[in-house]
Amino acid sequence: MAATQEEIVAGLAEIVNEIAGIPVEDVQTDKSFTDDLDVDSLSMVEVVVAAEERFDVKIPDDDVKNLKTVGDATEYILKHQS
Amino acid sequence: MSKIKPSKGAPYARILGVGGYRPTRVVPNEVILEKIDSSDEWIRSRSGIETRHWASPEETVAAMSVEASGKAIADAGIDAQQIGAVVVSTVSHFAQTPAIATAIADQLGTDKAAAFDISAGCAGFGYGLTLAKGMIVEGSAEYVLVIGVERLSDLTDLEDRATAFLFGDGAGAVVVGPSKEPAIGPTVWGSEGDKSETIKQTVSWDRFAAEGHTKFPAITQEGQAVFRWAVFEMAKVAQQALDAAGITSDDLDVFIPHQANVRIIDSMVKTLKLPEHVTVARDIRTTGNTSAASIPLAMERLLATGEAKSGDTALVIGFGAGLVYAATVVTLP
Ligand SMILES: CC(C)(COP(=O)(O)OP(=O)(O)OC[C@H]1O[C@@H](n2cnc3c(N)ncnc32)[C@H](O)[C@@H]1OP(=O)(O)O)[C@@H](O)C(=O)NCCC(=O)NCCS
Repeated sequence: MAATQEEIVAGLAEIVNEIAGIPVEDVQTDKSFTDDLDVDSLSMVEVVVAAEERFDVKIPDDDVKNLKTVGDATEYILKHQS
Repeated sequence: MSKIKPSKGAPYARILGVGGYRPTRVVPNEVILEKIDSSDEWIRSRSGIETRHWASPEETVAAMSVEASGKAIADAGIDAQQIGAVVVSTVSHFAQTPAIATAIADQLGTDKAAAFDISAGCAGFGYGLTLAKGMIVEGSAEYVLVIGVERLSDLTDLEDRATAFLFGDGAGAVVVGPSKEPAIGPTVWGSEGDKSETIKQTVSWDRFAAEGHTKFPAITQEGQAVFRWAVFEMAKVAQQALDAAGITSDDLDVFIPHQANVRIIDSMVKTLKLPEHVTVARDIRTTGNTSAASIPLAMERLLATGEAKSGDTALVIGFGAGLVYAATVVTLP
């Protein structure tokens, strides 16, 4: 079953918390992964792969660089989840 | 049909001794920063590397191998003449013929030991170890010397931000010999040639010669793709090697992954859920990525500093250009 927008944001918050140790409540749609959430380019790869597993989507390397904010990632997953 | 007498080997094989050689020149990140726009902080946080060793013209592939091997042979407590085969894994010996292994076997004073080179990138140590184990159990050699040796500084483009800080030089060697107990587990290994473009030489030797390139060939990589593969696929392979050896991470004392990037190591430790008591090799900090040499070099250092001890159970996994990988559980010498 496809996840809703709220479920995706909540899921991403848990993933970012696990990988970068950022409190779940700080992970909001307007937050930038690198500038606000301490997720550098390599941690981002880890976030992406965890999200792929959790939401059953494929996020190719070329698309990763367009996912600047939590909102970008949420939208991408909403559109591509199977 | 004539009856052929079968060969007779040892029941099992084990690593009996280890030795390493690190070039004299220590190169801090400041030297790397002379050629690329970066910072010490960036290099440390993205790779864990603080210093690496670069070889001088005298510290050749053969010279470093002989040094490391001499220590491994002494550590094993055998004589060079007892060695039946010498396997050298390297991608940075610049003559294809003859194999450098023959000169090394000769300089070590072996008695005409079989000697050959293999090309398996950063998985080279595991590939060599697997060959050695096979030879010993099958009976074609009693003792086998496995050497991982690289002068990656010769294949580094110091103006390439993605790789300039990564590579180092050095040699690591082990002596593998007969054992009454199993001390090298089943190898989980393989290749993924569909990803051969992710780590490669910028230009092949023939094109370099024919097309008048100004830049010497170097190793180049798609960093993020390699990182993704290493972190997620290699954690699975490491787990398979534990399963194949019939142990769990609770039974493990030491984890010695290929020293590619400290971030890959940290991520694997997390994914594998290694317990606190497992000692993890992070030799990359002061050695850089030395490809085939990295696992034996890290093994030697852990034993030398007392962080690991003889008889410990260690998981080793190598992975790199090919892409290729090899993982196995071993008892430390
Ligand atoms: C090499 C590696 C550390 C590079 O990290 P990366 O995050 O992939 O680097 P990227 O090229 O995506 O760049 C990310 C950012 O850092 C910057 N950057 C790249 N190289 C840099 C450097 N040397 N110094 C400072 N900044 C650098 C980029 O400009 C980019 O900045 P931007 O987001 O503002 O544009 C990493 O990909 C890696 O280690 N991969 C595995 C490689 C490996 O281990 N190979 C051997 C296997 S045997």
